[in-house]
Amino acid sequence: MSLLEITDLSVGFDTEDGLVQAVRDISLTLDEGEILALCGESGCGKSVTAMSVPRLLPPDTTRLSGSVKLDGRELTTLPEAEMRQVRGKSVSVVFQEPMTSLNPSFTVGYQIAEVLRRHEKLSRRDADRRATELLELVGIPAAARRMKEYPHQLSGGMRQRVMIAIAVACQPRVLIADEPTTALDVTIQAGVLDVFRDLRDRLGTAIILITHDLGVVADIADRAVVMYAGRAVEQATVAELFAAPRHPYTLGLMNALPSAAVDGRLAEIPGMVPSPLSDPDECAFHDRCPRVQTDCRMSRPPLVRQGEEHLAACFHPGGQS
Amino acid sequence: MILKIDNLVKHYGPVRAVDGLSLEIGEGEVLGLVGESGSGKSTVGKCVLRLTEPTSGTIELGGRDITHLSRRALRPLRRDVHMVFQDPYSSLNPRFTIERIVGEPLLRHKVADRRETSRRVSEMLEKVGLRQEMRSRFPHELSGGQRQRVGLARALILEPKLVVADEPVSALDVSVQASVLNLITDLQKDMGFSCLFITHDLSVVEFLADRIAVMYLGRIVESGPTEEIFAGPRHPYTQALLSAAPVADPVRQRERRRIVLGGDVPSPLDPPSGCRFHTRCPLAYDECRSVEPALHDPRGNGHPAACHLVTADRVPDAAATR
Repeated sequence: MSLLEITDLSVGFDTEDGLVQAVRDISLTLDEGEILALCGESGCGKSVTAMSVPRLLPPDTTRLSGSVKLDGRELTTLPEAEMRQVRGKSVSVVFQEPMTSLNPSFTVGYQIAEVLRRHEKLSRRDADRRATELLELVGIPAAARRMKEYPHQLSGGMRQRVMIAIAVACQPRVLIADEPTTALDVTIQAGVLDVFRDLRDRLGTAIILITHDLGVVADIADRAVVMYAGRAVEQATVAELFAAPRHPYTLGLMNALPSAAVDGRLAEIPGMVPSPLSDPDECAFHDRCPRVQTDCRMSRPPLVRQGEEHLAACFHPGGQS
Repeated sequence: MILKIDNLVKHYGPVRAVDGLSLEIGEGEVLGLVGESGSGKSTVGKCVLRLTEPTSGTIELGGRDITHLSRRALRPLRRDVHMVFQDPYSSLNPRFTIERIVGEPLLRHKVADRRETSRRVSEMLEKVGLRQEMRSRFPHELSGGQRQRVGLARALILEPKLVVADEPVSALDVSVQASVLNLITDLQKDMGFSCLFITHDLSVVEFLADRIAVMYLGRIVESGPTEEIFAGPRHPYTQALLSAAPVADPVRQRERRRIVLGGDVPSPLDPPSGCRFHTRCPLAYDECRSVEPALHDPRGNGHPAACHLVTADRVPDAAATR
């Protein structure tokens, strides 16, 4: 059994325009100590998928079906009081923008210690000591001094490290990181990614990394799920995915990168993402796909095995290695 | 030279955003100005457009010193320089139709009447790959990529000599980014404008710039032809920057030698003494802490760097220290 098992998860939101289906029939697993990347472009459903685990979605308007099991325990139906124990303790989240996720009126030391006192019931002194250790763990120099500083006194990279320290304070089984380095400069990003690697190696934390950056996926993830229009279109080990992408969308994303230019031109993906309001019974990528054939318009290709640890949802997969 | 900046300084109160920067852009040349947040790269762009007043230094546009021209005297020159912004949504008036947004520069500079404007808007929309029915739409009805095409159409309709583009593709998804980058390349070849392309993204400048200038804390630390910079970066900061950007290839990425810089970018309020990079440079020695290195080109091949360790027969290797 995997640490985390998501089965047939669908998530929609009630809006003025009707039901917006953000995620459709996603199934995935996450093992202990594994770094899984959820990638895809804006609106593909990668964040919604991940945020369904700690149930950080607006309860009044969210329509969720399917199952999310952590250590075999169903989370989707857990009473809110118990869910609160799961959040922060077993599952925690690091967001993209560290400035808006930290409280500007409290010292960083207080904000880390607060989590420990709440979930671990530590005394003030023990919580402070542990908080200082955590700041050291995430690579903040002069941790004891930094404890007494306020968020505005820290740089973006340092703030993000504080957020990670808060997120791992209770040694969560699963850490969800939503575009954690997107707002950071590349020289800072490298250090923050090292912190994630280090946490995985030392504490065995399983990490779901939500990112649009294929460079980050290549750098740090063990496995990746590529999402398009709310569905997983490809899922594989990172080595497999980059060596032999099967789904034309995955290949399209890789070829669209500036570094993949051929003769001074980039490969474009024509057209646009279909509306999340409709869900016709066809491949959602068919009208942008260079490999489209009649069957792609007749029915939706299921996510099926294309090789060892490699799934793709395409009737005409390419890239067999 | 289309653009010649000499010893530009821009201080915002105590913040030394740009602190002695010189660069040139030739006719039809694309210069990629690269740097991380707080390096001062956007301030350079704003000074060129005189959206902010330089503290000192000179900016010449087509051989004419525009540093201290009055607003009125500047107006005819505004036809020659245009800007494309990062966020195409906040830089387009939400209450104007696309036709009005794109045509506005023509009317403002009184170079065309309504009919002529209408004709040239059609032409421009076609050039940037927007369908004619977009004319009557409003910015909120467009996707991010389409809005950036509108931003380009507006910037180019007066056929400027220089386009300043500040992170024009950074907010776009990669598939959309690819088509906008292809478009910029095509338009540049077709119309022949020069371009100051400001970005933090090295892969983007590698794709489209002829030359690159790398900024750190208000100064240029290295500049040169794009292939030269990528093949053999001389300044330790450029080396670190190139090594830090992950490549989308797990095999290559995991074998790469990475230079992880210690510490944070120092505050532009109080830049370090000597070489501004010395607080994070793995190769820094005594001289770096006291003497600021000048941008010098020891091999005389148009690839200067501001580092004491760069000599005619030696280039430092920031990765070699660990």
